[in-house]
Amino acid sequence: MVPLTWYLILAAFMFSSGLFATLGRRNAIAVLMGIELMLNAANINLIAFWRYGVAPTENLDGQIFALFVIAVAAAEVAIGLALVISVYRNRRTVNLDDLDILKG
Amino acid sequence: MPELPFPLPPLPTVSQVVFLMIAVLAVFGSLAVVLARNLFHSALGLVAAFFGAAGVYIVAEAEFIGVSQVLVYVGAISTLIAFAIMLTRGMMFGATSPRNRQSGTAAIITALTFVVLMALMRGIPWPQAGEPIVDGQLIIAGLGHAFVNEYVVPFVLLAMLLLVALAGAIVVARDRK
Repeated sequence: MVPLTWYLILAAFMFSSGLFATLGRRNAIAVLMGIELMLNAANINLIAFWRYGVAPTENLDGQIFALFVIAVAAAEVAIGLALVISVYRNRRTVNLDDLDILKG
Repeated sequence: MPELPFPLPPLPTVSQVVFLMIAVLAVFGSLAVVLARNLFHSALGLVAAFFGAAGVYIVAEAEFIGVSQVLVYVGAISTLIAFAIMLTRGMMFGATSPRNRQSGTAAIITALTFVVLMALMRGIPWPQAGEPIVDGQLIIAGLGHAFVNEYVVPFVLLAMLLLVALAGAIVVARDRK
C-alpha cells in the first residue's frame, strides 16, 4: 500500500503551486486556478486521512467533507469567473496589476 | 548470493507504481498552471492536475469521490474556466510576463510554506497502511445514508448555496445594457 506520507507530499506540492499561482500570477483567471489547486490539495489530504484513519468503512466523515468541498468549490468558481467577466466588461482588462482602483 | 554493502530498498508494489505515475501527472499539471505563459496551457495543466487528483482518490479507494471529481472539476469547472479565458481573450497572447509585481515575495512565501509543511511532516510516525476495505459498496451506501440522516441539514444548505451562487453568477456576469 502507498504510505500516507506520499499523499501528504503530493498535496503539499499542489498546495504550494496553487499558493504561488494565487499570489504571483498576473491574470485573475490564473489566480482562480490557483485557488482550485489549493482546494484539490486539501481534498487529497482529507481523503488520505480518511483512508488511514480508524474504521474507514464506517467512519466516512473525510469523504463527506471532501464532497462538500467539491460542491462549494463549484459555487466559488462560478461566482469568481462571473466577477472576472464583469470586471473585464467594465475595465477591459483582467490584469491584476492594473486593477488597483480601490487603493487610497 | 553475495552480501550487498547497502540494503536494497523494498520493491514498489503495483499501487505504489500507479500512485507515482499519477503523482507525476498531477505535479506537471500544477507546474503548468503556475509557469505557463499562455493562459490556455495553464488551463490544460489544471485539467491534468484534476485528473491526477481523481486518480489519487481512486488509488485511495474513494472511487465515488474520484468520479465526482472528474464530473465536477474536469467536466464543469474546466469548461467554465476555458469559457472565461476565451471571453477575456485580450490577456491571452502578447503579455510581457505571466507574473505580477509581487511575484518575488510570492515565491519566497510559497517556498517557505512548502518547507514548513515538509518540516511539520517529518518526525511524525505516519501509518504505512490503512485498514483493509473489504466491501467497497458499504462506503457508497454509507455516504447515501449519511447525506439523508446526520448530514441532511448541511446537504440542504449546500443545495441552497449552489442555487444562490448560480443565480448570483448570472446576475453578476449579465450585460446590463
